[in-house]
Amino acid sequence: MPVIHITNRAGTETTLEAESGISVMENLRDNDYEVDAICGGSCACATCHVYIDAAWQSKLAPPEPDEQGLVEDEPTFKPTSRLSCQIEMTDALDGLKLTIAPEA
Amino acid sequence: MSEHIVIVGAGHAGGTLAVQLARAKDRFRITLIGEEAWPPYERPPLSKQFLMGDVPLEKTFLRPETFYADKGIDLRLGTQVTAIDRTARSLTLSGGETLSYDKLALCTGTRVREIPVVGRDLPGVHYIRTIDDTQAIRTVAREGAKVVIAGGGYIGLEAAAALRKMGCEVTVIEMMDRVMARAVAEPVSRFYEAAHRAEGVNLLLETGVAEIGGTDRATHVVDSHGHLHPADLVLVGIGVVPVVELAEAAGLATDDGIIVDSRARTSDPDIFAAGDCTRHPNRILGRDVRLESVQNAVDQARCIANELSDKGADYAEVPWFWSDQFDLKMQMAGLPAPDDQVVVRGEPSTRSFSVFYLRDGRVTGVNAINVGSDYVRGRKWIGEGRDVDSVRLANTEIPIKEV
Repeated sequence: MPVIHITNRAGTETTLEAESGISVMENLRDNDYEVDAICGGSCACATCHVYIDAAWQSKLAPPEPDEQGLVEDEPTFKPTSRLSCQIEMTDALDGLKLTIAPEA
Repeated sequence: MSEHIVIVGAGHAGGTLAVQLARAKDRFRITLIGEEAWPPYERPPLSKQFLMGDVPLEKTFLRPETFYADKGIDLRLGTQVTAIDRTARSLTLSGGETLSYDKLALCTGTRVREIPVVGRDLPGVHYIRTIDDTQAIRTVAREGAKVVIAGGGYIGLEAAAALRKMGCEVTVIEMMDRVMARAVAEPVSRFYEAAHRAEGVNLLLETGVAEIGGTDRATHVVDSHGHLHPADLVLVGIGVVPVVELAEAAGLATDDGIIVDSRARTSDPDIFAAGDCTRHPNRILGRDVRLESVQNAVDQARCIANELSDKGADYAEVPWFWSDQFDLKMQMAGLPAPDDQVVVRGEPSTRSFSVFYLRDGRVTGVNAINVGSDYVRGRKWIGEGRDVDSVRLANTEIPIKEV
């Protein structure tokens, strides 16, 4: 199983044994990390906002325009921001490091 | 001694509340009661991806089925609450069991508005509210199947788009002179009407359903102009009504919804309510509203969780909604009045444009079609109560951030 290293809103880092083939958001949500993912992963809100560790940026497919449009206008936007519903977890992402963005 | 929180209704609001409270599991003992056989799930896919078969059933669940037991939540499915005894602080369940509570949360949601015509009870007539509804529709909605949809609102149009993609022949019958008339301004309605017709939907406006015909099952719909439309399947999406009977019978204040205050408290200090079933004040909107939306269900559930955790804050969120039809992703925020000024930004023929609503120069609403940045900006402006120059807003040469 690939793992994801997650820093939660309180700043605590934990490691999650993740499931491949579903989104990073689903991995976070199903394991009770603090993403609301209100729209259920249809890229219609920005409540699964995370910051991807700089070292992992290049390993991810770049965001589609609709994801970019949504996330870049979040008040908590950073250049490393992504919507975790738009990132599919794969074995190649074993060790992915991310931080849950603060509530907007 | 943990406090026993009983949540009635395992929809988006009830499910969210249970999940939130379970994070303080030493403090709360949680019972979540749902009428349906399924754990809390997302309803939006029922008229979209789940209808098309693009997502499996489990993908619609708010949390995996095992989550509730893992978190110590007593999830009771297939169970109805028949009465609340406020004095004893207890509930009567459908099996006759009595269940006591310290605090109660009513997340009873809505039920579908039934179509008041002859033939409404025939097999083959379906609503789209539950997983069971959509699963039943999917057994009939094959390529070439004739589907007549009563109602050109979000649900009817989303279903029409999904069923067209599945190869069904689709007729939509709408009573008003334009689609989604309660929710969006005319330019948006006209754009969606054209989009549906271009995709082969037979869209009839200013037309009602007079009768659903058939003997053993529905075989046709007669419209208000006397025209007959053959149907293998009849779908009805003409709105929903709040489920308030339990609250009413218990003597709680209701008015087209369970009345709650800005902290989601009902007229009984031990009883809260959240989601589609509530009428609540919204400071940003400056009035009381009853909303049918996932956003409100989640945010109001969080409001209750915060209140119960001594982190209470007044509910004040900009309402937002979305609707997916064909390749069109519409994101909406605010609750504009029918006579607000309408400003179109962009060219609808590009299938990427937005409509803003202004009242005395202030932004009250936005509908953004395939243009997420306009939606995000509009939602922010509504929250800030910002004045915007309508001429600059309509000029797409000015980036939205600089309007």
